[in-house]
Amino acid sequence: MINTNDILETINMIENENFDVRTITMGISLLDCIDDNIDKACDKVYDKICRYAKDLVKTGEDISIDYGIPIIHKRISVTPIAMIASACQAQKTVKFAKTLDRAAKEVGVNFLGGYSALCHKGFSAGDYALIESIPEALSVTDRVCSSVNIGSTKAGINMDAVAKMGRIIKQTAELTADRECIGAAKLVVFCNAPEDNPFMAGAFHGTGEPDCVINVGVSGPGVVRAALAKAPDCDITGVADIVKKTAFKITRVGQLVAQEASKRLCVPFGIVDLSLAPTPAIGDSVAHILEEMGLETCGAHGTTACLALLNDAVKKGGVMASSHVGGLSGAFIPVTEDAGMIAAAEKGCLTLTKLEAMTSVCSVGLDMINIPGDTTPEVISGIIADEAAIGMINSKTTAVRLIPAIGKKAGDTLNFGGLLGGGPVMEVNTASPAKFIARGGRIPAPIQSLKN
Amino acid sequence: MKAVITVIGKDTVGILAGVAGVCAEHGANVIEVTQSVMQDMFAMIMMVDITSCTVPFKELAEKLNHIGEKFGVKVHVTHEELFNTMYRV
Repeated sequence: MINTNDILETINMIENENFDVRTITMGISLLDCIDDNIDKACDKVYDKICRYAKDLVKTGEDISIDYGIPIIHKRISVTPIAMIASACQAQKTVKFAKTLDRAAKEVGVNFLGGYSALCHKGFSAGDYALIESIPEALSVTDRVCSSVNIGSTKAGINMDAVAKMGRIIKQTAELTADRECIGAAKLVVFCNAPEDNPFMAGAFHGTGEPDCVINVGVSGPGVVRAALAKAPDCDITGVADIVKKTAFKITRVGQLVAQEASKRLCVPFGIVDLSLAPTPAIGDSVAHILEEMGLETCGAHGTTACLALLNDAVKKGGVMASSHVGGLSGAFIPVTEDAGMIAAAEKGCLTLTKLEAMTSVCSVGLDMINIPGDTTPEVISGIIADEAAIGMINSKTTAVRLIPAIGKKAGDTLNFGGLLGGGPVMEVNTASPAKFIARGGRIPAPIQSLKN
Repeated sequence: MKAVITVIGKDTVGILAGVAGVCAEHGANVIEVTQSVMQDMFAMIMMVDITSCTVPFKELAEKLNHIGEKFGVKVHVTHEELFNTMYRV
């Protein structure tokens, strides 16, 4: 018989500590849907997504019932649409976004990622057209997510793309200003974007991936915090051990769900993404883990060190629990999606500069941060450039998902509702980097890229 | 194939019989039962063989949840595999 305490521990995790599998994401290649007639291409895209993903939601729900584990999201990622759209030049790229939205609604997934362009070294015509269409695409669709990769350790940083994305983020927010600027919450700018990430808004299906694949993202900040709360006086090595053991258990469940979904859907298993993904729900916060380690408030001096320990221990514990680990894997720090981060930002203890430092040791980057509506596109580009530089030099993924709160200033709030949460508009340094951004060109790949 | 049924809540008369009754009705064979009552909180773990279960797992889970609601306790049903995966390397 299985140990009684283990069973009760698991039930307690599910009932009281928000333990769940965050997402089963089906990656679908659309490369075989390319057509120079955009209507034909859209039909092929719609048909393929609906055919491949028709049982995705039901299968996720069935697995959830069989194992008693909530599986929060069933989602889809597709080949970056810029590649598909490049065959239909001079036609409205936004048609693809509408098609993806229709397909997502038909199969019942809440988000579909891949309205994306990879332009870390330069633009193709398709990249250019897609990026220009992002503001409209995100304002006329509900479930489509967009991402743009503007830099990598191997390629350097495409500063023309950085300049462009500052403007695109602002326009996206403006076009959805009547809906709390939600468009910008579905747009991520990456450096070193992973090709197998199951988490939104940055998920897309990379070109090195198989035709179809199942990737699973785990979660469980509440479980980690609760485990730490049971050992209030252990030293920091003990803290790391507790995080590792907990991450192992969480990831094992992710692996089980991934294998089961792969078997039932007859689709190969790709990776498990070992992430601590918070939600605005009470008891599901990464900030509260850091506070449990001994910080008065997230954002205090010591936060970066605690986050570094957490991020590393999650990977160490999780990596042995899964046969394939990938995606973003680490601790997310999205401000509006994390009750503890929201509280710390409202107190003024968590600032944009501290968050920037934290992104050098967390799994992604500046995520879900509301900034004043009058922030200039050049300042947004400056923030993107800084973040991309951290990613490029440290050979890690970094990202920027900022929401310019149109018509609002620091101290006001934006509320998206649901898992995107809401929170205060944060102060931004307004000194202008306009001349630097206007130079354009490409930051050369760093010396650490020359590994051959 | 085995499933683990956990029942947690305030102790009342007939919980064990209620849950076991649902299992028997649908051909789920009870293999082992552990239960403890701490003050007035009741925690029961039941291992059942569902190989010959006459209804789909989903339906069994729904019926057990229903009986749990009737007694005001929380019933959780899951495949044994979940615990083996989490706690055995």
